[in-house]
Order: sequence, then structure tokens, then C-alpha cells
Amino acid sequence: MQIGPEKVVEMARLARLELEPEEVEALTGELNSILEYVDKLQQLDTTGVEPVSHALSVVNAFREDEVAPSLSREEALANAPEANDEAFVVPKVF
Amino acid sequence: MDIHNQTIAQLAENLAAGGLSSRQATEAVFARIEATGQVNAFITLDREGALAAADEADRRLAAGDAPPLCGVPIAVKDLLCTRGLRTTGGSRILENFVPPYSATVVEKLRQAGAVIIGKTTMDEFAMGSSNEHCHLAVPRNPWNLDYTCGGSSGGSAAAVAADQCMAALGTDTGGSIRQPASNCGVVGVKPTYGRVSRYGVLAFASSLDQVGPVTKDVRDAALMLNAMCGHDPRDSTSLREPAPDFTAELGRGLSGLRLGLPREYFEVGLDEDVKTTVMAAITRLEKAGADIREISLPRTEYGVAAYYLIAPAEASSNLSRYDGVRFGYRDRQARELLEMYQRSRSQGFGREVKRRIIIGTYALSSGYYDAYYRKASQVRALIIDDYRRALEQCDVIISPVTPTPAWPLGTKSDPLSMYLTDILTIPTNLSGLPGMSLPCGFSAAGLPVGLQLQAAHCREDLMLRAAAAAEEQLALAGKRPQL
Repeated sequence: MQIGPEKVVEMARLARLELEPEEVEALTGELNSILEYVDKLQQLDTTGVEPVSHALSVVNAFREDEVAPSLSREEALANAPEANDEAFVVPKVF
Repeated sequence: MDIHNQTIAQLAENLAAGGLSSRQATEAVFARIEATGQVNAFITLDREGALAAADEADRRLAAGDAPPLCGVPIAVKDLLCTRGLRTTGGSRILENFVPPYSATVVEKLRQAGAVIIGKTTMDEFAMGSSNEHCHLAVPRNPWNLDYTCGGSSGGSAAAVAADQCMAALGTDTGGSIRQPASNCGVVGVKPTYGRVSRYGVLAFASSLDQVGPVTKDVRDAALMLNAMCGHDPRDSTSLREPAPDFTAELGRGLSGLRLGLPREYFEVGLDEDVKTTVMAAITRLEKAGADIREISLPRTEYGVAAYYLIAPAEASSNLSRYDGVRFGYRDRQARELLEMYQRSRSQGFGREVKRRIIIGTYALSSGYYDAYYRKASQVRALIIDDYRRALEQCDVIISPVTPTPAWPLGTKSDPLSMYLTDILTIPTNLSGLPGMSLPCGFSAAGLPVGLQLQAAHCREDLMLRAAAAAEEQLALAGKRPQL
């Protein structure tokens, strides 16, 4: 399956990335060669094979719902690009 | 023997005997890092923190209250959070990130007395096989400075090979511990998925990521695993099985172990040097009485294709957290929120990371999910099934780690050709099994070649036992590059 530059731009938008025109061009070529390679999976018959999303047998790892210490507000905000005394600050939404 | 040349086991013995202090050992490795700076293995060094930890270790040693790694200088891949010490993931987007907490495994090493000396370089967010996808520091192979160390844990492997620390932590999502360990002539172990907590490890592909040690020999790997493994309630995928003493079986030798040689691993276009070196090592083991039998892992060649859909799909989701809001890089010019997300991410991520986010987004997108992500997850089930059958016929699978030795820096620019170098390590991650690299010889050009060992779920004991026996036969431990 081949994809065009418009598909790359659409995926970038979904992933909240903004690409320069030369990046779109290069990525379109690279992605197509990768997609062409992964098409070899179609050689395998997987009819009736249950997909595996995890190699582990652990299911439903429950624990008691107990209150435990967590980060202070000050620590949580320490790495923020912008914050006031109590919250993260972001540019306006619209 | 110089202090920096020592293994963990040797140093711990010398520290316990009292002739040497942890402060002296720590100063010795910092001197070594300076003297061999051309290797460029670190992003951040923490001399002050390390010396304080060393002094604390010396107090405990003097009081006779020394835990197993007490006073031993250890480096940590910059993918693992270290409280108060910058953690970048090799990325511009986290260039100034100082974590408010430490990864569980880092905390466990500290409790075992380890002295954390700094953070090693890596491919950005562990995405790469040469450690060149990092704008902060590209390491050089200690055996030949014009060659790559491999990746993504290239800095950890280079630092251990250059005796800049006694051991290091790496992470392995598709071979990122084993491949650089092979390229740099050191031991690297990827434990069973879930053995080591992933809490505090910057997530790349959560169903595949696993933390493991890079060490100078097999015994040290076992000592590190003893300190690292165990259930962590803060990681829901953490195994509940108690971890054994990984040193317990090391001396038991090869007798009674069935070693399986997967024929498909030799059909992937192996470099002649790799084939010759690995086969010579295997012949040596056979002469030493090893029971070696041919096995089959028929779906090996499909691993890379499945992996390069599954890992980017998980990464595209995991990396959505880097949005310029709570931590990390933010574009200051953006006037609206969406614009801020897009610009921060586009400027903060490097080329390979963007490429994988876009592949992953595509593989998960409506209309393509079944053809890509679902298909890959079914093939993953088939690969797991291959291992199940193979491991009925043998206890440990032995093979090459990579199709070629290290390559010259800057010579693999095509992403797909880089991905294909992981063909022999990826299936282990897809299956969640333990795997490791053990030095087994050198190419004609003098570059290290590794032997890969893999075993069944939670059977690190068998894998390490076979590795220890092979290490003894091959007599390469202690062989170091001239720097």
C-alpha cells in the first residue's frame, strides 16, 4: 500500500506535529519503503490467530486503594515551562 | 590492576577488605572518564552526588553494614528518571527536565549501595541502533573510535567497555541492550518482561520495554539482577514471581543443558566474520561437552515487520504526553494552545522519533488498523508459538546477536537498513523472554562479536549458567580495548 504526501500531513496533524515541506517529502519516501517492507506480514496466514498485545500472562493487577504520599504542588510544578503559584499556565485555547 | 578495571565482584571484595574506599574507586572512575573522554558516553555526570554517595557507602562499609553493591560506581541510561538529576531521554524536548522522583530500579540500586555516577547517552527515546539519533552526545566505539557503539543503550555499553564505570543500566525494546553490548564486547542482559519495574522509565513501547544490566562479566550481571528485580506495585506489568539468587547456578557448567541452534538465524544474510566467530565459539562449547542441537524458529524473518508496526504504535501513544504543558520544551512564540502543542513537539522531537510517531499513528488509524496493527499482533502470537515449540527441545537458544559487527559512524542513513540490523534481537522482545549478549570473539577488523543466549520465561538461571560456562571456555572476560 503506497501513501501520498497528503496522508503524511494528515497523520502528522493527528499526532500534533507540524512538518516542513522538505520533511513531508522525505518522510513520504521513507514511510513507503517501510510500509512496503512490512507488507511481508501478508505472506503469513493468520486466520483464526488471536492477536497478542502483551507477552505477559498478568491480568487485572489489583491493589488496595490506599492513600499514599505523592508529589507536593511545588514539586509537580517545578518542571513546568510556565506556572503560577497553583497551576500550569498555557496559551489561550482559541 | 587499576581500580577502574575491576569488576563489581572484585571491587566489592576489595572494599570489604578495607584496603580501598568507595571514594577512591569513585574518583578513579571519574579520572578514567576524563582520560578517555573521546568515547563520549555520558550526557550528564554527577561527581558531587556520586562522591557524597561514596562517602555514605564508606561509612556503611566501616560499620560492617554493607549491602551487596555498596560503594560500587554505576552509570544509568538517560532514559531512567533520577530524582534531582537531569534526565533527557536523549531528546531536546526533555533537555532541561529534572525528575522529582527516581525510577524504582534506580532506587533499588541505591538501596543496594550503588554509587550513581551519571547518565549515559542513547538514541532519542531509545529509538535507534547506532546511538546517532541524539543531539546531546554521540558515543564512539571504544574498540575503534570511527565505529558506532550500537544503540540505543550505546553510552552504557561504551562506558562499561571503556572501564568508565563497573556496570551500567540499559533498556532493551528490540535489542537496545544486547546489540550495543555485542558491538562493544561487554555482557548485556534483557531480563524476562516484567522482572524489572518500568516505573520511572520514560516509556517507548510499553509491551516491549525492559531494563537490564550491562556488565564486564556474567557474574556481575547476576549481581546486578539480584539488586534490580522484584515486584513493584507501581508497575502493573511487574511480575509477582519472586526473583531467585541469580548467582546460584553460575558454577554448574554445561552438563545436562540442551543448547538450541536456530537454523533461521543463520539464513538472514550474516556477515562472514560474524558467522565464523560465532560458529567457532559454538564448536568450542561442543568440544567442552555441550549438547547442541538444531532447532527452528520459522517466523524469525517476520519479527522486524511486526515490531516496526507494534513499537511505533505504542510509541505514538506514549509520546503524546510531551506537549509542552507540564514539563519539557515549549515553543514560546505560539499564541494558541494547538499551535503550542504542534510547534513544541515539532521542534522538540528529532527526525527518527517523528518518523516513528507517524508510522504508529498510521498503523492505528481508522481503516488501516486491521491491516497493520492487528496483523502485526497476530504475527506476534505466531512468533511466541515458535519459541514455545523450540523451548520444548532445548533449554537455552544460542545464536549471533546481530548480522554484522559495528559499522562506521555515519554510514547507515536509510531507516529501513538500520531497522533490519535488529532482526535477531527483536523476536525476544515480542515474546517477553530473557536474552543476553556475551562476548565471543572479534572480527578480522578487531571489532567485538557477541553470542546471543535466550531462554524460557523466567529462566534467566539457565541462560546465565550457560553464559558463565561459555565465558569460561572462551576466556575473553577481562579483554579490554586500548584507549
